[in-house]
Amino acid sequence: MSILVYITTNNGVGKSAFEAVTYAKKIGGDVTVLTTGTCEASSLETLGQYGASKVLVDRSVTTNEAQLISKVIASAVEANGSDVIVFSHDIVAKSVAPRLSVKLKAGLVSGATSLPSTDGGFSCSVNVFSGKAFGNVSVKSDKKIISLLPNSIQPEITGANCGVEEFNGNAGESRVKVLSTKKPEGDIPLPEAELVVSAGRGLKGPENWGMVEDLAKEIGAATACSRPVADIGWRPHHEHVGQTGVAIRPNLYIAAGISGAIQHLAGVNGSKVIVVINTDAEAPFFKAADYGVLGDAFEVLPKLTEAIKKFKASNN
Amino acid sequence: MKILVCISKSPDTTSKIAFTDGNTKFDENGVQYIVNPYDEWYALVRGLELKEQLGGSVTIVTVGQAVDDAVIRKALAIGADDAVRIDAEPVDAYYTATQISSYAKENNFDLILTGKETINYNGSQVGGMIAEELDLPFISLAEKLDISGTTATLEQEIVGGVQVVEVELPFVASCAKGMAEQRIPNMRGIMAARTKPLTVVAPVEVEAMTSYASYTLPAAKSACKMIDPDNMDELVALLHNEAKVL
Repeated sequence: MSILVYITTNNGVGKSAFEAVTYAKKIGGDVTVLTTGTCEASSLETLGQYGASKVLVDRSVTTNEAQLISKVIASAVEANGSDVIVFSHDIVAKSVAPRLSVKLKAGLVSGATSLPSTDGGFSCSVNVFSGKAFGNVSVKSDKKIISLLPNSIQPEITGANCGVEEFNGNAGESRVKVLSTKKPEGDIPLPEAELVVSAGRGLKGPENWGMVEDLAKEIGAATACSRPVADIGWRPHHEHVGQTGVAIRPNLYIAAGISGAIQHLAGVNGSKVIVVINTDAEAPFFKAADYGVLGDAFEVLPKLTEAIKKFKASNN
Repeated sequence: MKILVCISKSPDTTSKIAFTDGNTKFDENGVQYIVNPYDEWYALVRGLELKEQLGGSVTIVTVGQAVDDAVIRKALAIGADDAVRIDAEPVDAYYTATQISSYAKENNFDLILTGKETINYNGSQVGGMIAEELDLPFISLAEKLDISGTTATLEQEIVGGVQVVEVELPFVASCAKGMAEQRIPNMRGIMAARTKPLTVVAPVEVEAMTSYASYTLPAAKSACKMIDPDNMDELVALLHNEAKVL
Protein backbone atom coordinates (compact mmCIF):
# COMPACT_ATOMS: atom_id res chain seq x y z
CA MET A 1 0.00 0.00 0.00
CA SER A 2 1.17 3.54 -0.76
CA ILE A 3 0.08 6.29 1.61
CA LEU A 4 0.35 10.02 1.12
CA VAL A 5 0.14 12.32 4.16
CA TYR A 6 -0.58 16.00 3.56
CA ILE A 7 0.60 18.22 6.41
CA THR A 8 0.28 21.93 7.10
CA THR A 9 3.23 23.73 8.62
CA ASN A 10 3.30 26.92 10.63
CA ASN A 11 6.99 27.87 10.47
CA GLY A 12 7.78 24.34 11.54
CA VAL A 13 6.38 20.87 11.82
CA GLY A 14 3.91 20.41 14.66
CA LYS A 15 2.48 17.63 16.77
CA SER A 16 -0.50 17.06 14.47
CA ALA A 17 1.93 16.24 11.63
CA PHE A 18 3.79 13.72 13.83
CA GLU A 19 0.44 12.15 14.70
CA ALA A 20 -0.66 11.91 11.06
CA VAL A 21 2.64 10.33 9.94
CA THR A 22 2.63 7.86 12.87
CA TYR A 23 -0.95 6.95 11.94
CA ALA A 24 -0.04 6.40 8.28
CA LYS A 25 2.94 4.24 9.27
CA LYS A 26 0.62 2.10 11.41
CA ILE A 27 -1.76 1.56 8.50
CA GLY A 28 1.22 -0.13 6.87
CA GLY A 29 3.05 0.43 3.59
CA ASP A 30 5.19 3.19 2.17
CA VAL A 31 4.53 6.66 3.62
CA THR A 32 5.25 9.80 1.59
CA VAL A 33 4.62 13.20 3.14
CA LEU A 34 3.54 16.20 1.08
CA THR A 35 3.47 19.81 2.20
CA THR A 36 3.13 23.24 0.63
CA GLY A 37 4.66 26.53 1.71
CA THR A 38 7.91 27.75 3.14
CA CYS A 39 8.84 25.22 5.82
CA GLU A 40 12.57 24.51 6.04
CA ALA A 41 13.94 21.13 4.99
CA SER A 42 15.76 20.76 8.33
CA SER A 43 12.39 20.69 10.04
CA LEU A 44 10.63 18.52 7.42
CA GLU A 45 13.29 15.78 7.41
CA THR A 46 12.43 14.93 11.05
CA LEU A 47 9.17 13.40 9.77
CA GLY A 48 11.32 10.43 8.71
CA GLN A 49 11.65 9.56 12.40
CA TYR A 50 7.90 8.97 12.57
CA GLY A 51 7.84 6.73 9.51
CA ALA A 52 7.99 8.88 6.36
CA SER A 53 10.23 7.51 3.58
CA LYS A 54 10.42 10.93 1.95
CA VAL A 55 8.93 14.43 2.12
CA LEU A 56 7.77 16.32 -0.97
CA VAL A 57 7.41 20.09 -0.77
CA ASP A 58 5.71 22.38 -3.29
CA ARG A 59 7.00 25.86 -2.44
CA SER A 60 4.97 27.58 -5.16
CA VAL A 61 1.82 27.44 -3.02
CA THR A 62 2.12 29.80 -0.07
CA THR A 63 -1.54 30.24 0.93
CA ASN A 64 -4.05 27.78 2.37
CA GLU A 65 -6.31 28.03 -0.69
CA ALA A 66 -8.21 24.76 -1.04
CA GLN A 67 -8.28 24.56 -4.83
CA LEU A 68 -4.52 24.97 -5.25
CA ILE A 69 -3.65 22.55 -2.45
CA SER A 70 -6.09 19.91 -3.69
CA LYS A 71 -4.52 20.13 -7.18
CA VAL A 72 -1.01 19.67 -5.74
CA ILE A 73 -2.16 16.68 -3.69
CA ALA A 74 -3.87 15.11 -6.73
CA SER A 75 -0.60 15.48 -8.70
CA ALA A 76 1.36 13.79 -5.89
CA VAL A 77 -1.21 10.99 -5.63
CA GLU A 78 -0.76 10.35 -9.33
CA ALA A 79 3.05 10.52 -9.19
CA ASN A 80 3.21 8.14 -6.21
CA GLY A 81 0.30 5.83 -7.03
CA SER A 82 -1.10 6.52 -3.55
CA ASP A 83 -4.03 4.40 -2.32
CA VAL A 84 -4.75 6.24 0.92
CA ILE A 85 -4.41 9.97 1.65
CA VAL A 86 -4.15 11.05 5.30
CA PHE A 87 -4.80 14.54 6.72
CA SER A 88 -4.82 15.87 10.25
CA HIS A 89 -8.42 17.06 10.69
CA ASP A 90 -7.60 20.77 10.96
CA ILE A 91 -9.01 23.88 9.33
CA VAL A 92 -7.05 23.37 6.11
CA ALA A 93 -8.08 19.72 5.82
CA LYS A 94 -11.74 20.69 6.24
CA SER A 95 -11.58 22.79 3.07
CA VAL A 96 -9.10 20.71 1.03
CA ALA A 97 -10.18 17.11 1.75
CA PRO A 98 -13.77 17.47 0.37
CA ARG A 99 -12.43 18.97 -2.89
CA LEU A 100 -9.88 16.18 -3.17
CA SER A 101 -12.55 13.57 -2.48
CA VAL A 102 -14.52 14.71 -5.54
CA LYS A 103 -11.38 15.14 -7.68
CA LEU A 104 -10.08 11.61 -6.98
CA LYS A 105 -13.50 9.97 -6.47
CA ALA A 106 -12.13 8.86 -3.12
CA GLY A 107 -14.44 8.35 -0.13
CA LEU A 108 -13.65 10.71 2.74
CA VAL A 109 -13.62 9.81 6.43
CA SER A 110 -13.81 13.09 8.40
CA GLY A 111 -12.52 13.15 11.94
CA ALA A 112 -11.27 9.57 12.23
CA THR A 113 -10.53 8.41 15.77
CA SER A 114 -9.09 4.96 15.00
CA LEU A 115 -6.89 3.10 12.56
CA PRO A 116 -8.87 1.65 9.65
CA SER A 117 -10.07 -1.90 9.91
CA THR A 118 -9.51 -3.87 6.71
CA ASP A 119 -11.49 -6.96 7.72
CA GLY A 120 -13.86 -7.51 4.80
CA GLY A 121 -13.65 -3.94 3.52
CA PHE A 122 -12.25 -0.68 4.83
CA SER A 123 -13.82 1.08 7.77
CA CYS A 124 -12.87 3.65 10.35
CA SER A 125 -14.33 5.05 13.58
CA VAL A 126 -15.36 8.73 13.62
CA ASN A 127 -16.94 11.13 16.09
CA VAL A 128 -20.61 11.82 15.30
CA PHE A 129 -23.44 13.70 17.00
CA SER A 130 -20.92 16.28 18.18
CA GLY A 131 -18.94 13.77 20.21
CA LYS A 132 -21.98 12.08 21.76
CA ALA A 133 -21.40 8.86 19.75
CA PHE A 134 -18.97 7.09 17.43
CA GLY A 135 -19.86 5.96 13.93
CA ASN A 136 -18.14 3.23 11.96
CA VAL A 137 -17.75 4.56 8.40
CA SER A 138 -17.12 2.10 5.66
CA VAL A 139 -15.48 3.35 2.45
CA LYS A 140 -16.32 1.71 -0.86
CA SER A 141 -14.15 3.63 -3.34
CA ASP A 142 -10.73 2.34 -4.49
CA LYS A 143 -8.88 5.34 -3.13
CA LYS A 144 -9.58 6.51 0.40
CA ILE A 145 -9.08 9.75 2.30
CA ILE A 146 -8.80 9.81 6.10
CA SER A 147 -8.82 13.05 8.06
CA LEU A 148 -7.49 12.13 11.50
CA LEU A 149 -8.91 13.86 14.58
CA PRO A 150 -6.04 15.53 16.51
CA ASN A 151 -4.97 13.87 19.78
CA SER A 152 -6.29 10.44 18.66
CA ILE A 153 -2.89 8.76 18.47
CA GLN A 154 0.44 9.15 20.28
CA PRO A 155 3.33 10.10 17.93
CA GLU A 156 6.01 7.37 17.88
CA ILE A 157 9.61 7.69 16.78
CA THR A 158 10.64 4.57 14.89
CA GLY A 159 13.36 5.64 12.47
CA ALA A 160 15.77 8.29 11.24
CA ASN A 161 15.44 11.53 9.28
CA CYS A 162 14.38 11.18 5.65
CA GLY A 163 15.08 13.02 2.43
CA VAL A 164 13.21 16.17 1.37
CA GLU A 165 12.48 16.70 -2.33
CA GLU A 166 11.11 19.69 -4.17
CA PHE A 167 7.83 18.90 -5.93
CA ASN A 168 5.92 20.80 -8.58
CA GLY A 169 2.21 19.98 -8.39
CA ASN A 170 1.13 22.44 -11.12
CA ALA A 171 -1.17 24.30 -8.75
CA GLY A 172 -2.00 27.10 -11.19
CA GLU A 173 -3.42 30.49 -10.25
CA SER A 174 -5.62 31.10 -7.22
CA ARG A 175 -8.97 32.82 -7.63
CA VAL A 176 -8.94 33.80 -3.97
CA LYS A 177 -6.81 36.81 -3.00
CA VAL A 178 -5.56 37.03 0.59
CA LEU A 179 -5.75 40.68 1.69
CA SER A 180 -4.51 40.30 5.26
CA THR A 181 -4.17 37.92 8.18
CA LYS A 182 -4.70 38.52 11.88
CA LYS A 183 -3.02 36.16 14.30
CA PRO A 184 -2.94 36.74 18.02
CA GLU A 185 0.65 36.34 19.19
CA GLY A 186 1.85 33.69 21.58
CA ASP A 187 -1.44 31.88 22.15
CA ILE A 188 -1.63 28.08 22.01
CA PRO A 189 -4.20 27.19 19.29
CA LEU A 190 -7.14 25.68 21.15
CA PRO A 191 -7.77 22.58 18.98
CA GLU A 192 -4.12 21.50 19.41
CA ALA A 193 -3.82 22.20 23.12
CA GLU A 194 -3.18 19.23 25.41
CA LEU A 195 -4.27 21.12 28.50
CA VAL A 196 -7.18 23.57 28.59
CA VAL A 197 -8.48 25.83 31.35
CA SER A 198 -11.99 27.07 30.70
CA ALA A 199 -14.46 29.30 32.52
CA GLY A 200 -18.05 30.42 32.25
CA ARG A 201 -20.57 32.87 33.60
CA GLY A 202 -19.64 31.85 37.15
CA LEU A 203 -16.68 34.21 36.82
CA LYS A 204 -19.06 37.16 36.82
CA GLY A 205 -17.11 39.42 34.46
CA PRO A 206 -14.21 39.62 31.96
CA GLU A 207 -12.07 41.46 34.53
CA ASN A 208 -11.87 38.24 36.57
CA TRP A 209 -10.18 36.18 33.85
CA GLY A 210 -6.73 36.91 35.29
CA MET A 211 -6.96 33.89 37.59
CA VAL A 212 -7.95 31.65 34.65
CA GLU A 213 -4.97 32.92 32.67
CA ASP A 214 -2.65 32.53 35.68
CA LEU A 215 -3.57 28.86 36.05
CA ALA A 216 -3.33 28.28 32.29
CA LYS A 217 0.11 29.90 32.20
CA GLU A 218 1.34 27.87 35.16
CA ILE A 219 0.53 24.53 33.47
CA GLY A 220 1.07 25.67 29.85
CA ALA A 221 -2.59 25.37 28.90
CA ALA A 222 -4.79 27.18 26.40
CA THR A 223 -7.79 29.13 27.67
CA ALA A 224 -11.40 28.52 26.61
CA CYS A 225 -14.89 29.61 27.60
CA SER A 226 -18.56 28.70 27.46
CA ARG A 227 -20.98 30.04 24.86
CA PRO A 228 -22.74 32.73 26.98
CA VAL A 229 -19.37 34.24 27.85
CA ALA A 230 -18.39 34.53 24.17
CA ASP A 231 -21.86 35.80 23.23
CA ILE A 232 -21.78 38.68 25.70
CA GLY A 233 -18.28 39.55 24.56
CA TRP A 234 -16.32 38.75 27.74
CA ARG A 235 -14.05 36.48 25.69
CA PRO A 236 -13.28 36.19 21.94
CA HIS A 237 -15.47 33.82 19.88
CA HIS A 238 -12.54 31.57 18.97
CA GLU A 239 -12.34 30.53 22.63
CA HIS A 240 -15.93 29.26 22.71
CA VAL A 241 -15.99 25.47 23.08
CA GLY A 242 -19.20 23.49 22.70
CA GLN A 243 -21.64 22.20 20.15
CA THR A 244 -21.71 25.40 18.12
CA GLY A 245 -18.17 26.47 18.94
CA VAL A 246 -14.90 24.56 18.81
CA ALA A 247 -14.88 20.86 19.68
CA ILE A 248 -11.75 19.90 21.59
CA ARG A 249 -10.29 16.72 23.09
CA PRO A 250 -7.36 17.69 25.29
CA ASN A 251 -5.73 15.42 27.86
CA LEU A 252 -6.98 17.69 30.64
CA TYR A 253 -9.96 20.05 30.66
CA ILE A 254 -10.46 22.21 33.75
CA ALA A 255 -13.85 23.97 33.81
CA ALA A 256 -14.61 26.67 36.38
CA GLY A 257 -18.04 28.25 36.78
CA ILE A 258 -19.56 26.29 33.87
CA SER A 259 -22.72 24.33 34.69
CA GLY A 260 -22.18 21.84 31.84
CA ALA A 261 -25.24 22.17 29.60
CA ILE A 262 -25.51 19.33 27.08
CA GLN A 263 -24.41 21.69 24.28
CA HIS A 264 -21.22 22.54 26.15
CA LEU A 265 -20.49 18.89 26.94
CA ALA A 266 -20.77 18.06 23.24
CA GLY A 267 -17.66 20.13 22.59
CA VAL A 268 -15.52 18.74 25.41
CA ASN A 269 -16.62 15.18 26.15
CA GLY A 270 -13.70 13.82 24.14
CA SER A 271 -11.33 15.18 26.82
CA LYS A 272 -9.35 12.44 28.56
CA VAL A 273 -9.69 13.94 32.06
CA ILE A 274 -12.24 16.56 33.15
CA VAL A 275 -11.98 18.64 36.34
CA VAL A 276 -15.07 20.65 37.29
CA ILE A 277 -15.07 23.52 39.77
CA ASN A 278 -18.56 24.76 40.67
CA THR A 279 -20.48 26.14 43.64
CA ASP A 280 -23.62 24.21 42.65
CA ALA A 281 -23.55 20.55 43.69
CA GLU A 282 -26.40 19.94 41.22
CA ALA A 283 -24.42 21.27 38.21
CA PRO A 284 -24.79 18.61 35.46
CA PHE A 285 -21.08 18.96 34.64
CA PHE A 286 -20.14 16.92 37.76
CA LYS A 287 -21.75 13.87 36.09
CA ALA A 288 -19.33 14.16 33.18
CA ALA A 289 -16.30 14.97 35.36
CA ASP A 290 -13.49 12.76 36.64
CA TYR A 291 -12.63 15.12 39.50
CA GLY A 292 -14.96 17.66 41.06
CA VAL A 293 -14.38 20.56 43.43
CA LEU A 294 -17.50 21.92 45.11
CA GLY A 295 -16.41 25.47 45.75
CA ASP A 296 -16.12 29.04 44.55
CA ALA A 297 -13.91 29.47 41.49
CA PHE A 298 -12.68 32.77 42.97
CA GLU A 299 -11.08 30.83 45.84
CA VAL A 300 -10.36 27.49 44.18
CA LEU A 301 -8.54 28.72 41.04
CA PRO A 302 -5.85 30.74 42.90
CA LYS A 303 -5.41 27.85 45.36
CA LEU A 304 -5.00 25.40 42.51
CA THR A 305 -2.44 27.68 40.84
CA GLU A 306 -0.50 27.86 44.14
CA ALA A 307 -0.64 24.08 44.54
CA ILE A 308 0.73 23.64 41.00
CA LYS A 309 3.59 26.07 41.75
CA LYS A 310 4.40 24.14 44.91
CA PHE A 311 4.27 20.83 43.03
CA LYS A 312 6.56 22.13 40.28
CA ALA A 313 9.05 23.51 42.82
CA SER A 314 9.20 20.21 44.72
CA ASN A 315 9.63 18.22 41.51
CA ASN A 316 12.58 20.21 40.25
CA MET B 1 -28.23 38.40 -6.91
CA LYS B 2 -29.36 34.76 -6.77
CA ILE B 3 -28.40 33.07 -3.51
CA LEU B 4 -28.67 29.35 -2.79
CA VAL B 5 -28.59 28.25 0.86
CA CYS B 6 -28.05 24.53 1.53
CA ILE B 7 -29.74 23.24 4.65
CA SER B 8 -29.79 19.94 6.46
CA LYS B 9 -32.00 18.69 9.25
CA SER B 10 -30.42 17.77 12.56
CA PRO B 11 -31.79 16.49 15.86
CA ASP B 12 -32.55 19.23 18.39
CA THR B 13 -29.38 19.98 20.39
CA THR B 14 -30.93 18.53 23.57
CA SER B 15 -31.90 15.21 21.90
CA LYS B 16 -30.96 11.96 23.58
CA ILE B 17 -28.67 10.10 21.20
CA ALA B 18 -29.52 6.39 20.88
CA PHE B 19 -29.44 3.74 18.14
CA THR B 20 -31.69 0.88 16.99
CA ASP B 21 -31.55 -2.13 14.65
CA GLY B 22 -28.42 -3.58 16.24
CA ASN B 23 -26.81 -0.11 16.49
CA THR B 24 -27.00 0.47 12.74
CA LYS B 25 -29.65 3.24 12.75
CA PHE B 26 -30.17 6.48 14.65
CA ASP B 27 -33.16 6.09 16.98
CA GLU B 28 -35.59 8.80 15.88
CA ASN B 29 -38.07 7.93 18.61
CA GLY B 30 -39.08 11.19 20.32
CA VAL B 31 -36.47 13.20 18.40
CA GLN B 32 -37.46 16.68 17.29
CA TYR B 33 -35.75 17.75 14.05
CA ILE B 34 -34.56 21.30 13.54
CA VAL B 35 -32.73 23.12 10.78
CA ASN B 36 -29.04 22.45 11.41
CA PRO B 37 -28.00 25.50 13.52
CA TYR B 38 -25.01 26.48 11.35
CA ASP B 39 -27.14 26.36 8.21
CA GLU B 40 -29.89 28.41 9.81
CA TRP B 41 -28.17 30.94 12.06
CA TYR B 42 -25.26 31.75 9.83
CA ALA B 43 -25.80 30.69 6.19
CA LEU B 44 -29.52 31.40 5.84
CA VAL B 45 -29.63 34.59 7.89
CA ARG B 46 -26.58 36.09 6.15
CA GLY B 47 -28.12 35.13 2.80
CA LEU B 48 -31.30 36.99 3.77
CA GLU B 49 -29.35 40.05 4.94
CA LEU B 50 -27.47 40.20 1.63
CA LYS B 51 -30.72 39.93 -0.30
CA GLU B 52 -32.24 42.73 1.79
CA GLN B 53 -29.20 44.88 1.08
CA LEU B 54 -28.57 44.07 -2.58
CA GLY B 55 -31.87 42.70 -3.91
CA GLY B 56 -32.38 39.32 -5.55
CA SER B 57 -33.62 36.05 -4.14
CA VAL B 58 -32.78 33.37 -1.59
CA THR B 59 -33.56 29.75 -2.44
CA ILE B 60 -33.25 26.97 0.13
CA VAL B 61 -32.16 23.52 -1.03
CA THR B 62 -32.08 20.27 0.89
CA VAL B 63 -31.73 16.59 0.01
CA GLY B 64 -34.42 14.68 1.84
CA GLN B 65 -37.77 12.99 1.85
CA ALA B 66 -41.37 14.20 2.23
CA VAL B 67 -41.12 13.94 6.03
CA ASP B 68 -38.46 16.68 5.90
CA ASP B 69 -40.86 19.26 4.48
CA ALA B 70 -41.64 20.35 8.06
CA VAL B 71 -38.00 21.35 8.56
CA ILE B 72 -37.98 23.16 5.21
CA ARG B 73 -41.07 25.14 6.27
CA LYS B 74 -39.23 26.16 9.45
CA ALA B 75 -36.44 27.60 7.31
CA LEU B 76 -38.93 29.30 4.96
CA ALA B 77 -40.55 30.92 8.02
CA ILE B 78 -37.29 32.74 8.71
CA GLY B 79 -37.56 34.34 5.30
CA ALA B 80 -36.36 32.63 2.10
CA ASP B 81 -38.31 33.10 -1.16
CA ASP B 82 -38.68 29.47 -2.13
CA ALA B 83 -37.34 26.01 -1.41
CA VAL B 84 -36.25 22.96 -3.37
CA ARG B 85 -36.24 19.45 -1.98
CA ILE B 86 -34.26 16.90 -3.92
CA ASP B 87 -36.27 13.80 -3.25
CA ALA B 88 -33.75 11.27 -1.93
CA GLU B 89 -32.20 9.94 1.25
CA PRO B 90 -28.90 11.86 1.77
CA VAL B 91 -26.72 8.73 2.01
CA ASP B 92 -23.35 10.45 2.38
CA ALA B 93 -21.78 13.85 1.82
CA TYR B 94 -20.66 13.03 -1.73
CA TYR B 95 -24.14 11.84 -2.71
CA THR B 96 -25.72 14.95 -1.14
CA ALA B 97 -23.22 17.38 -2.68
CA THR B 98 -23.63 15.84 -6.13
CA GLN B 99 -27.41 16.24 -5.93
CA ILE B 100 -27.09 19.89 -4.93
CA SER B 101 -24.42 20.73 -7.50
CA SER B 102 -26.48 19.11 -10.29
CA TYR B 103 -29.40 21.32 -9.32
CA ALA B 104 -27.19 24.42 -8.98
CA LYS B 105 -25.57 23.82 -12.39
CA GLU B 106 -28.95 24.24 -14.07
CA ASN B 107 -29.88 27.36 -12.13
CA ASN B 108 -26.84 29.68 -12.14
CA PHE B 109 -26.56 30.99 -8.61
CA ASP B 110 -24.23 33.90 -7.77
CA LEU B 111 -23.54 32.62 -4.28
CA ILE B 112 -23.91 29.24 -2.57
CA LEU B 113 -23.85 29.13 1.24
CA THR B 114 -23.69 26.17 3.64
CA GLY B 115 -23.21 25.91 7.40
CA LYS B 116 -19.71 24.94 8.52
CA GLU B 117 -20.86 21.43 9.45
CA THR B 118 -23.95 19.60 10.67
CA ILE B 119 -24.26 18.87 14.37
CA ASN B 120 -25.14 15.22 13.73
CA TYR B 121 -22.46 14.07 11.28
CA ASN B 122 -19.93 16.90 11.78
CA GLY B 123 -18.25 16.06 8.47
CA SER B 124 -17.71 19.58 7.12
CA GLN B 125 -17.69 18.04 3.63
CA VAL B 126 -20.67 19.11 1.52
CA GLY B 127 -19.66 22.74 0.83
CA GLY B 128 -16.17 21.89 -0.43
CA MET B 129 -17.52 19.05 -2.55
CA ILE B 130 -20.12 21.30 -4.22
CA ALA B 131 -17.37 23.83 -4.98
CA GLU B 132 -15.19 21.17 -6.60
CA GLU B 133 -18.08 19.78 -8.64
CA LEU B 134 -18.95 23.25 -9.93
CA ASP B 135 -15.27 24.30 -10.26
CA LEU B 136 -15.88 27.31 -7.98
CA PRO B 137 -13.67 28.82 -5.27
CA PHE B 138 -14.52 27.62 -1.75
CA ILE B 139 -14.17 29.84 1.30
CA SER B 140 -14.44 27.66 4.39
CA LEU B 141 -15.36 28.76 7.92
CA ALA B 142 -16.37 32.26 6.86
CA GLU B 143 -17.14 34.59 9.77
CA LYS B 144 -17.91 37.69 7.69
CA LEU B 145 -19.13 38.18 4.14
CA ASP B 146 -19.74 41.45 2.30
CA ILE B 147 -20.45 41.91 -1.37
CA SER B 148 -19.86 44.96 -3.52
CA GLY B 149 -20.71 44.63 -7.22
CA THR B 150 -19.36 41.23 -8.25
CA THR B 151 -16.60 41.13 -5.63
CA ALA B 152 -16.92 39.62 -2.18
CA THR B 153 -14.74 40.24 0.87
CA LEU B 154 -14.74 37.54 3.52
CA GLU B 155 -13.09 36.87 6.85
CA GLN B 156 -12.37 33.21 7.43
CA GLU B 157 -10.95 31.24 10.29
CA ILE B 158 -7.40 29.96 9.76
CA VAL B 159 -5.10 28.06 12.12
CA GLY B 160 -4.65 30.37 15.10
CA GLY B 161 -6.31 33.44 13.58
CA VAL B 162 -8.41 35.07 10.91
CA GLN B 163 -7.67 35.85 7.26
CA VAL B 164 -9.36 38.45 5.04
CA VAL B 165 -9.85 37.31 1.42
CA GLU B 166 -11.32 38.72 -1.76
CA VAL B 167 -13.04 36.61 -4.40
CA GLU B 168 -15.24 37.19 -7.45
CA LEU B 169 -18.79 35.82 -7.64
CA PRO B 170 -19.83 33.06 -8.00
CA PHE B 171 -18.32 30.98 -5.18
CA VAL B 172 -19.24 28.66 -2.32
CA ALA B 173 -18.77 29.58 1.35
CA SER B 174 -19.30 27.60 4.55
CA CYS B 175 -20.54 29.83 7.35
CA ALA B 176 -19.42 29.89 10.98
CA LYS B 177 -20.10 31.91 14.08
CA GLY B 178 -19.94 35.67 13.63
CA MET B 179 -21.59 35.65 10.20
CA ALA B 180 -25.01 36.74 11.44
CA GLU B 181 -27.31 36.72 14.46
CA GLN B 182 -30.02 34.11 14.89
CA ARG B 183 -33.47 35.28 13.70
CA ILE B 184 -36.61 34.09 15.45
CA PRO B 185 -39.44 33.61 12.93
CA ASN B 186 -42.49 35.80 13.61
CA MET B 187 -46.13 34.81 13.11
CA ARG B 188 -46.27 36.49 9.70
CA GLY B 189 -43.24 34.55 8.57
CA ILE B 190 -44.68 31.26 9.81
CA MET B 191 -48.00 31.92 8.02
CA ALA B 192 -46.25 32.99 4.81
CA ALA B 193 -44.04 29.88 4.88
CA ARG B 194 -47.09 27.66 4.41
CA THR B 195 -47.76 29.01 0.93
CA LYS B 196 -44.21 29.64 -0.31
CA PRO B 197 -43.20 27.48 -3.29
CA LEU B 198 -41.57 24.17 -2.32
CA THR B 199 -40.47 22.36 -5.45
CA VAL B 200 -39.68 18.66 -5.32
CA VAL B 201 -36.94 17.64 -7.76
CA ALA B 202 -36.02 14.08 -8.78
CA PRO B 203 -32.47 13.03 -7.78
CA VAL B 204 -29.71 12.32 -10.29
CA GLU B 205 -28.10 8.88 -10.50
CA VAL B 206 -24.96 8.74 -8.33
CA GLU B 207 -23.22 6.17 -6.10
CA ALA B 208 -22.38 7.08 -2.51
CA MET B 209 -18.74 6.42 -1.60
CA THR B 210 -19.18 5.90 2.15
CA SER B 211 -21.80 4.55 4.54
CA TYR B 212 -22.29 4.18 8.29
CA ALA B 213 -22.00 0.49 9.11
CA SER B 214 -22.71 0.91 12.83
CA TYR B 215 -22.68 3.28 15.79
CA THR B 216 -21.48 3.01 19.38
CA LEU B 217 -22.06 5.17 22.43
CA PRO B 218 -19.05 6.23 24.51
CA ALA B 219 -18.40 4.17 27.65
CA ALA B 220 -20.14 5.58 30.72
CA LYS B 221 -17.97 7.75 32.95
CA SER B 222 -17.14 6.35 36.38
CA ALA B 223 -18.30 8.47 39.32
CA CYS B 224 -16.73 11.87 39.77
CA LYS B 225 -14.15 11.97 42.58
CA MET B 226 -14.88 14.96 44.82
CA ILE B 227 -11.92 16.92 46.23
CA ASP B 228 -12.00 19.26 49.23
CA PRO B 229 -11.69 22.86 47.92
CA ASP B 230 -9.12 23.53 50.66
CA ASN B 231 -6.93 20.67 49.52
CA MET B 232 -5.76 21.52 46.03
CA ASP B 233 -2.49 19.69 46.70
CA GLU B 234 -4.53 16.49 46.62
CA LEU B 235 -6.05 17.41 43.24
CA VAL B 236 -2.61 18.15 41.80
CA ALA B 237 -1.29 14.84 43.18
CA LEU B 238 -4.22 12.94 41.64
CA LEU B 239 -3.78 14.64 38.28
CA HIS B 240 -0.10 13.74 38.38
CA ASN B 241 -0.13 10.21 39.84
CA GLU B 242 -3.55 8.80 38.95
CA ALA B 243 -4.70 10.62 35.81
CA LYS B 244 -1.11 11.22 34.64
CA VAL B 245 -2.01 14.43 32.81
CA LEU B 246 0.26 16.83 34.68
